[in-house]
Amino acid sequence: MPSLFIHAGGLHLNNPVLLAAGILGTTGASLCRAARAGAGGVVTKSVGSVPREGHPGPNVVHVECGLLNAMGLPNPSYKDFQDEIDTARAGGVPVIASIFGSFAAEFAQIARSLKADAFELNLSCPHAEKYGSELGRYPDLVESVTGAVKAAANVPVWVKLTPNTADILELGLAAQRGGADAIVAINTLKAMAIDIETGYPILGNRFGGLSGPAIKPVAVRCVYELAGRLEIPVIGVGGVSSWEDAVEMIMAGASAVQVGTALLRGYGIFEEITTGLSRYLERKSLTLEELCGLARRRRS
Amino acid sequence: MRPINCIIEEVRSEAPLIRTFWLDRNLDPAPGQYVMVWIRGVDEIPMSFSGPDTITVQSVGEASAALFSLGRGSSVGLRGPLGNGFILRGKRILLMGGGVGAAPLAFLGEQAKGAGMRVASLLGFRSKEDLIFRDRFEALGDTIITTDDGSLGIPGRAAAGLKELDLFDYDQIYLCGPEMMMWDIISRTREHAKKTQACINRYFKCAAGICGSCCLDPEGVRVCVEGPVLMADRLAESEFGRYRRGPTGGKGPCRG
Repeated sequence: MPSLFIHAGGLHLNNPVLLAAGILGTTGASLCRAARAGAGGVVTKSVGSVPREGHPGPNVVHVECGLLNAMGLPNPSYKDFQDEIDTARAGGVPVIASIFGSFAAEFAQIARSLKADAFELNLSCPHAEKYGSELGRYPDLVESVTGAVKAAANVPVWVKLTPNTADILELGLAAQRGGADAIVAINTLKAMAIDIETGYPILGNRFGGLSGPAIKPVAVRCVYELAGRLEIPVIGVGGVSSWEDAVEMIMAGASAVQVGTALLRGYGIFEEITTGLSRYLERKSLTLEELCGLARRRRS
Repeated sequence: MRPINCIIEEVRSEAPLIRTFWLDRNLDPAPGQYVMVWIRGVDEIPMSFSGPDTITVQSVGEASAALFSLGRGSSVGLRGPLGNGFILRGKRILLMGGGVGAAPLAFLGEQAKGAGMRVASLLGFRSKEDLIFRDRFEALGDTIITTDDGSLGIPGRAAAGLKELDLFDYDQIYLCGPEMMMWDIISRTREHAKKTQACINRYFKCAAGICGSCCLDPEGVRVCVEGPVLMADRLAESEFGRYRRGPTGGKGPCRG
């Protein structure tokens, strides 16, 4: 079987299929379980500087083409999260701590205080006031937050971008200028659903983020655009639900992929994707490096 | 699945803080399964079925208080039935629990009796006033009642009724009640843990097995989809009875 081992974004990964932020990442035990189920790395639930309970429910709505969520960044704060990271590390794969704040110094403070294998900056959550994409849609803020965390942390720093912008490339370039070790693209698309019986927006927060199959073509396009211009690796996320989706994302230029909504089918998804990817590489006599960005080289 | 609109057909008070709501449809739940009840404009909360078309709710917070303000003809949004319910096994079964946890047990007992099983029950309540579904349990078979204040039945916690029973008589044991009550019973009946199914409670947000807020240490069991009914031997080795995570994901004490 071809090797799925990669070095990307400053980390050595046994395979390029990672658990995405916000999915089964509240407890060290569930992160560990993802690692043991075959994830090449795991990203925690985003943690901030103060405890948050998140938005009132419903927090999740299944829509025709995907999943809508508005959790509202619930977390116990970084001060109460190191234990979970340490437990997660028992899974034997890199643990990437997703962190959020509303200004550069807040991000830096969290990064200084937590020990993880890497940080992923949540500059892209589409449904929390004063956080996520409310900062992450401004290139100058993306650059300054990234720079501040790079200065504070001695581990790789990944920056997760929002697609809720006219030009994601501008955001990617800003993160690269700030010193990011990798780009993670994309977070969810800002969306909503309405209960037609009563007219109530279904999510407690009214607005949420759309994930799942509906957003995969958007994610593929974003990864393609970013990987074509950036010098740092791009990690593709958004609607990856099968090994075919992973192949497509890697062909677009992703060095690795993250899986989120597809965990609705259970932890078996990691092995399903890595096995399929391996067989595909074998059948095509390709290495992972050769597959990465293949679509870019097919331009006529 | 978007929430299904459902009309409340009838409301009945069972105890000072417990009410049963009749829904206008039978969602064909298994006892022990739950439904996410959306009280529009307020919140969405998990509730246990007390019958094929009823939920029985204890008022504990803002959302359940809002549900209590709804009367006949009001509507709620429902997602469910969800999770894994109780599985009926054997010929003689014992139902144990208390408080509002008696609700899914009464539902289960009626299914069991309908399937020809022999049913006995041990139920604990704070006092006589908090007792629910006494007639339903007594119609099923032998019923032992305990009350903390001694106002009815055996004085003390539910576990005080254990000495009246020989658990080897039963093929399967079913538990549902406050966490510390269940923990107390599981701790005292460890040799029966492999035949004990317990319906437990954790903080659910997504109810779809992906957000991780209900995961149980140390295995990371996703209670919302792999539970809420779990085997007691699995619980005995877990955080159950020791701590539980709240809305922030931080650990806190078990209550009740």
